[in-house]
Amino acid sequence: MADFLRFRDDAPHEEPAVTLDAFLGQSNATAVRLESDEDARKLIPQLGQLALIEIAFPKFRDGRGYSAARILREAGYAGELRAAGDVLVDQIPLMRRCGFDSFAPDAAIDPDALTRALGRYDHVYQKAADGRSPVWALRHG
Amino acid sequence: MYKYDQYDQAIVDARVDEFRDQVQRRLAGEITEDQFKPLRLMNGLYLQLHAYMLRVAIPYGTLDSRQMRMLAHIARKYDKDYGHFTTRQNIQYNWIKLEDAPDILADLATVEMHAIQTSGNCIRNISSDQFAGAAADEVTDPRPWAELLRQWSTFHPEFSYLPRKFKIAVIAAEEDRAAVKLHDIGIQIHRNAAGEVGARIFVGGGMGRTPMVAPVIREFVPIGDLLSYVEACLRVYNRYGRRDNIYKARIKILVHEIGAEEYARQVEEEWAHVKTLGLDPSPGEFERIAAFFAPPAFETGLADTVDRSDPDFALWLDQNVKAHKQPGYAIVNISLKPVGGIPGDASSAQIDLMADLAERYGLDELRVTHAQNIVLPHVKKADLYAVWQALDAAGLASANLDLISDIIACPGLDYCSLANARSIPVAQKIAERFASLDRQRDLGELKLKISGCINACGHHHAGHIGILGVDRKGVENYQLLLGGSGAEDASLGRITGPGFSEDGVVDAVERAVEKYRELREDGERFLDTYRRVGFEPFKEAIYG
Repeated sequence: MADFLRFRDDAPHEEPAVTLDAFLGQSNATAVRLESDEDARKLIPQLGQLALIEIAFPKFRDGRGYSAARILREAGYAGELRAAGDVLVDQIPLMRRCGFDSFAPDAAIDPDALTRALGRYDHVYQKAADGRSPVWALRHG
Repeated sequence: MYKYDQYDQAIVDARVDEFRDQVQRRLAGEITEDQFKPLRLMNGLYLQLHAYMLRVAIPYGTLDSRQMRMLAHIARKYDKDYGHFTTRQNIQYNWIKLEDAPDILADLATVEMHAIQTSGNCIRNISSDQFAGAAADEVTDPRPWAELLRQWSTFHPEFSYLPRKFKIAVIAAEEDRAAVKLHDIGIQIHRNAAGEVGARIFVGGGMGRTPMVAPVIREFVPIGDLLSYVEACLRVYNRYGRRDNIYKARIKILVHEIGAEEYARQVEEEWAHVKTLGLDPSPGEFERIAAFFAPPAFETGLADTVDRSDPDFALWLDQNVKAHKQPGYAIVNISLKPVGGIPGDASSAQIDLMADLAERYGLDELRVTHAQNIVLPHVKKADLYAVWQALDAAGLASANLDLISDIIACPGLDYCSLANARSIPVAQKIAERFASLDRQRDLGELKLKISGCINACGHHHAGHIGILGVDRKGVENYQLLLGGSGAEDASLGRITGPGFSEDGVVDAVERAVEKYRELREDGERFLDTYRRVGFEPFKEAIYG
């Protein structure tokens, strides 16, 4: 088993992820991997059968996966959403906000640095996929 | 002016803590320079030719005397006693030590300031009209919209790793003092036929190596939908902007390649979805922000007459002081372009003095302009002479606003690791060549802009006269451009032909302006004459 960071209570999904092309061509897979240039919206008709969606980050600078994650959460996907690849500790708080709840980083993440990063911001300015209330809502709550 | 509440302060304080942590990890060798680079860039810290450069955000160019004094304090304590005001209405410090950067951010946080997103492939500091709240021609003050965008864009989780940097400007007047059509997104607040206030959205402008004037992609977005609409604009870009080539990664390339109509269609489609997510703040939040920008307590019944008996003061009054919407008040422009100086630079003492004047005479407000000058937006006409005397004593009374020596110039090869050529000496030589104020005034409005490389930080494409420094076989060479504008009549300059040496380009500028003097008709600016007669007469004059 590779080194995962999970923020879910359910058991890790065991079925290996198939490619988007393979998934769209086969009706019963429950795990899929999206490359950074693939359109997350193609999964929307079949989200209900998926337990794991892995989104590739070939380079930390490639931010397409942040949009893909939000699109999937906005479409109601509630299964495991994993960021895999060049994922750095300082990006994980942003990825959590976009709906990722599982991480498979290429390089090990320092757990202390991660704890500090995740606990640092008590407030956020904008609504995203993590259900946190933005400060504009708190101000008028 | 906007004031932080507990939430704004907590977020900025957390940022200081975060950056301190990141710097410590870097200094301890726990992360590589390659991993640290995007983190420090997201906080405006660049590694330049000689040292680190720190760029501090001045949201929409507005600040008060307390904040201005903090900028002087930082220059004095951590730098070489001066700072450089930039074309994005920010300030940058050129001689910063990495280990000092967290302390500087902590100092800034005490006056509600930061360096968040002043670089990196994210949404940069929101810029705006330097005369906001004072200009007679504005529909409304654009800054509440800019502040709304500042908060929305701060640590935006989806848009922190965009294909490339992203610049947004907001204006609310027909006269464009913020170059909105040369931004990734330009927002013009206006009234529709029904009298409602909303935003006209331009997308895909920019300078750099592929300059473009932005097309309008939506004529009217209601205020209540602005953030979700901009979110849709950014999401389309984040998904489909090019990432294969850094030089083709700005949104202007996407809009150009698929066409403005197709881009607008994709945004509409995305917006139809995004609008349902509840991303837009309640109207009460816009009203809360707007209340901070309510007009200050202007005195009424003041006289509009000014004693012009001091001739030097009268020159400055005519050139640097602009009409205010409130009777008895005026807008003072402080030129940071003395002949022989470095465009945009100010010493700590000068920064402190400008803060003092704002506090004493200017309802405690200052603005930074994209032309690298400072504005005191609300000065009583009765105080203008006293303000001028104080500025004059500090070397800040150059009466050259919008004249040929009011040059925009990037730091160039004197500081910048990207530059191919020096910009500052060229600016200085041109200012010296045209040092006579009589001659400058005779030439009238003439916007000259110099960049030391193709990235165009000195806005050379948008200069009535533009100069681009290039490296030609190891020698600095300067191309001349004519006919650009960053205003409401935005246009891109055209390269005249073969480049020049440093002295040669100064001569070429002089030949171009002399040709203008010969051809101009009554009331025509250089740009007007150029547009009327076309490129050829100027080319002939320049190359003979």
